[in-house]
Amino acid sequence: MERAILRVTTKIFFAPIILYALYVQFHGDYGPGGGFQAGIIFAVAFILHAFCFGLEETKKALPQRALIVAMVIGLLFYAGTGVATMLLGGNLLGYDAIVPGSTHHAGQHYGILLVEWGVGVTVASTMLTIFYHFTGREPDIDQEDW
Amino acid sequence: MTEFTAHISPIVLLDLSLLTMLIIVAFAMLRSRHLFAVVMLSGIYSLLSAAFFVSLDAVDVAFTEAAVGAGISTVLMLGGMLLTARREKPAAKDRAPVALAVVLATGAALIYATTDMPAFGDPNAPANDAVGQRYVEETPNDIAVPNIVTAVLASYRGFDTLGETMVIFTAGIAVILLLGAGSGRGGRKVVDRAPSDEEAQ
Repeated sequence: MERAILRVTTKIFFAPIILYALYVQFHGDYGPGGGFQAGIIFAVAFILHAFCFGLEETKKALPQRALIVAMVIGLLFYAGTGVATMLLGGNLLGYDAIVPGSTHHAGQHYGILLVEWGVGVTVASTMLTIFYHFTGREPDIDQEDW
Repeated sequence: MTEFTAHISPIVLLDLSLLTMLIIVAFAMLRSRHLFAVVMLSGIYSLLSAAFFVSLDAVDVAFTEAAVGAGISTVLMLGGMLLTARREKPAAKDRAPVALAVVLATGAALIYATTDMPAFGDPNAPANDAVGQRYVEETPNDIAVPNIVTAVLASYRGFDTLGETMVIFTAGIAVILLLGAGSGRGGRKVVDRAPSDEEAQ
């Protein structure tokens, strides 16, 4: 089998990278990190997969069509949280309206988690989209370059 | 209001060495005509700036710089570089004095401006004085999350972050429109003819 060490290493590392992305995503309230960083770490796992197994294999696991849907969902998730707080009687993105009367600002926690999730989904799918489109174009190698 | 004096510590040596390495990497990037080397050096530059941000206690910024600057943009630059020539065209020599004059004038203005900058960590600095002070004092009462950076980013300035997310979304849409060629529907493979070395010269 070709590049056996690379393949095995990628397979071992893939799940922990995703897990780390989720940790960074949901731990943003308590430590450094948040949606932007988590989205990129999530995308990096798939980029590693594409480098090792080829882009076509990665596109089978995570098709471009799904990424476009995820881009839109992420952005609408963020904006929708803002609209939801308005419908609940607060300002746009005024998260306290989510849990009114909370003594420890539980609404802020929920609101931040929701919008960070939207950011993470948008960033991850957009970065992967850009990566797919750049590396999906194969340069035609000249005869002398072989 | 007491006068603030900057605290000199061994950390200064670390900062100095990091900044010196940043300058060396920047000059190496300027000198090199090999695009692969330039991309790798820009990754190193981002990693060094991330280390510098850590020493400035800006861990959130450092995390972003390491992930975006050193990670994803290096990968995207490599992907873009594969589609073009491997070497940069030599720049026209007759324009060099003009460029040098512009760079020297801008650099001199920037260095002149640093004399007015407040010392690092000065509590009376404009950045810490007004709204920054309020964020630090009021976050436990208003938002009640331990990480003030997240509180500012997602709650106090949630509308700004919505705009940033839209910027990223727009970038993705622009790339799909420019390079897509039906691949959004899982369509055909796209092949670009790489420019030969004579064309690149």
